[in-house]
Amino acid sequence: MSTYKIIDHEYDVLVVGAGGAGLRAAVGLSESGLNTACISKVFPTRSHTSAAQGGISAALGNAGEDDWRWHMYDTVKGSDWLGDQDSIEYLCKEAPKAVIELEHYGVPFSRTEDGKIYQRAFGGMTKDYGNSPVQRTCAAADRTGHAILHTLYGQALKHNTKFFIEYFALDLIMKNGECKGVIAWNLNEGTIHRFRSHITIIATGGYGKIYYSATAAHTCTGDGNAMVLRAGLPLQDMEFVQFHPTGLYGIGCLISEAVRGEGGYLLNSNGERFMEKYAPSAKDLASRDVVSRSIAIEINEGRGIGEQKDHVHLHINHIDKKIIEARLPGISESVETFVGRDVTKEPIPVVPTVHYNMGGIPTNYKAEVLTTNGRDKTIPGLMAIGEAACVSVHGANRLGSNSLIDLVVFGKSAAQRAIELVKPNTPHEKISSSETDKCLDRFDRLRNGNGQNQTSELRLAMQKTMQSKCAVFRNEKTLKEGVDEIKKPYEGMESISVKDKSLIFNTDLMETLEFDNLIRQAITTMESAYFRKESRGAHAREDFPKRDDINYMKHTLSWHNGKEVKINYRPVTLSTMSNDVQSFPPKERIY
Amino acid sequence: MVQFNLPKNSKILKGNYFKDKTGSKNIKKINIYRWDPDKNENPKIDTFEVDLTKCGNKVLDVLNKIKNEIDPSLTYRRSCAHGVCGSCAMNVDGINTLSCMKSHKDINGDIDIYPLPHLKVIKDLVADLSTLYRQYESIEPWLKIKKQKSKIIETSQSKENRKKLDGLYECIMCACCSTSCPSYWWNGDKYLGPAVLLQAYRWIIDSRDEERKERLKIVADKLKLYGCHTIMNCTSSCPKGLNPAKAISSLKKMLATN
Repeated sequence: MSTYKIIDHEYDVLVVGAGGAGLRAAVGLSESGLNTACISKVFPTRSHTSAAQGGISAALGNAGEDDWRWHMYDTVKGSDWLGDQDSIEYLCKEAPKAVIELEHYGVPFSRTEDGKIYQRAFGGMTKDYGNSPVQRTCAAADRTGHAILHTLYGQALKHNTKFFIEYFALDLIMKNGECKGVIAWNLNEGTIHRFRSHITIIATGGYGKIYYSATAAHTCTGDGNAMVLRAGLPLQDMEFVQFHPTGLYGIGCLISEAVRGEGGYLLNSNGERFMEKYAPSAKDLASRDVVSRSIAIEINEGRGIGEQKDHVHLHINHIDKKIIEARLPGISESVETFVGRDVTKEPIPVVPTVHYNMGGIPTNYKAEVLTTNGRDKTIPGLMAIGEAACVSVHGANRLGSNSLIDLVVFGKSAAQRAIELVKPNTPHEKISSSETDKCLDRFDRLRNGNGQNQTSELRLAMQKTMQSKCAVFRNEKTLKEGVDEIKKPYEGMESISVKDKSLIFNTDLMETLEFDNLIRQAITTMESAYFRKESRGAHAREDFPKRDDINYMKHTLSWHNGKEVKINYRPVTLSTMSNDVQSFPPKERIY
Repeated sequence: MVQFNLPKNSKILKGNYFKDKTGSKNIKKINIYRWDPDKNENPKIDTFEVDLTKCGNKVLDVLNKIKNEIDPSLTYRRSCAHGVCGSCAMNVDGINTLSCMKSHKDINGDIDIYPLPHLKVIKDLVADLSTLYRQYESIEPWLKIKKQKSKIIETSQSKENRKKLDGLYECIMCACCSTSCPSYWWNGDKYLGPAVLLQAYRWIIDSRDEERKERLKIVADKLKLYGCHTIMNCTSSCPKGLNPAKAISSLKKMLATN
């Protein structure tokens, strides 16, 4: 192995990732006086939070009566009773405060006539426990994520968070089952860094890029999730992959649910508003899993649009031009740029597209990472937040606008817990070089790969397998084939070829490391899906079309030791955190 | 006698030619700036013959195709691919733009791709934006309110006042504007440039902010602000259709009338 000089850093707390969750945590930590570093493989405002469009949910009641308990009911129902109700209570109760705080930070929210934060309708958000739609989603036009991300970066600058930008995290430093920091690669200078910290907070986002067609950015490779797997820890509920009903056909670009929230509707090739059939009450504003399945059925039964009959149309051309201009300017621009259509005149071609990972690193509501050996056990020194984490507030299906609120509520919660646990400037204990060596050995092996297989080919094979075997609808046959097929690109890494051997901004090597991260998550996703023999939320099994609460109301845990996957389960928390609200017992989920 | 030397790496050499291997008739020649920091060599232009039959419409799709199928060592930043993250800013066909939004079908003849101009190059199409990021920090991009009245109620803002932020808050800091500005090319260390001035104005004009005067004072400097000579390249290059030149002139007007 080549020898790498290691540059050492010591911080009280280390945040890995600078999207909405990572930045919110960093702001809270820096503000408290803890010596905080935040490392990110991209400049913070380039994180994928910037792509969130429609809004952030909170029962502010700016557009009619609302209650956080109703929000909680909607989220539990949206999760198809796989969400943990204590965490969901925490999320919904804290949400209004968190949004007001963002406004005070400077987020340019759209406004109502009386100067309050503008709120719009969104899928699955209702009043009075499912009675009628409610306007709960706070919006900055259709660029809410962008507005929040830039504002949070400003706040982190205000509080002097120490940023390490374009540093690619390689692995966790683990000692006796505790996390002691991270090894990272500085892309700009080509150097290796060891960050020691009392607490490491993983905020590395989702892993949408295991699929061929996703709204996710190239950089959504779930690097933190893979680091957790390599540390011998499990990921949770990986089979729950959200397909957004309206990805731009042929492009994959997100077309926000805000379009339907503002009155848009879907049509099939017969010109029918088919959602009325599948969700008589909520119609186009049913939960995302429901709308995606409905579109998939329409296409499968031959009522799709276009030469291949493989997509449907989303209409907003009946809405006042001025409203579109004020509330959906970003969507109008994207449709114009990518398919050359004017949304005020023509329909938008859309198709269900991979969008969000409900699964991830299991945590409690304080963001502490969990594993199980019969009963839950926290991992000292390790936390996870945002899309990387599985708290689990989204369960089997996330409601639109619940992800941005998840970022800020649990980002803040992680900071608060870390402040309780760490005394500023506590000395760091000694770490042997063996853990560093193991990580750098993998790095070096991939860097010097002179084999037959190109990373781009292996990645494509993985993405095509996920797309065809683990899609909106799944069954025993596709999943069994998928479990076998998805191992091939992983095995292909034994003969990997990396052409660029340099260390400065070597994106050939970075993409290879990202692929190594993705493929482990693809494997655990496929196996978790295979072993869940029921339909729940985003996991729709044609051979087991019903939810099975007796056998499967439990979280899937999956380990990957480099060779094979181990599956286990842990119970769902049905009890609430306080007496402010009653637990919502499982019932049939109808929209 | 005074001697003038061109800065190091100014001379760009002819590089490798990657001939098409597919036999396709739908070939486009893509000329790309390459520079490897590890080699003690001048930059060069590599030419790739790319089969556009199975390729998306955007310039980023072409770059991805080259990286995936021809030369994996080609280096550029990219992330969202939908024009919101600002990573893939570069100079395409002579104009700074986001490669994910620029259609290659709009370009006649060969496509020339260079890094954003007048920045230190880190490798190939990856330029060093650290100066611009430091300048962004210098304008203190956060809301300043002396004492927050309530922790549980939002600060009120009328629709009209909120509208003043439109055309400003959308900036994705891709740096296309600043690196198209001749004034920023020559005095980029002192002149703040259009991207950062637009951001400065975004906070100055926010009705909720209580430190407008202090903020104006920060930018009211011969070089920081008045380095702008209304050349307007910024506005014509902005891939998001924003108008930094207008923001700058609004700043100048505020200072003149205050």
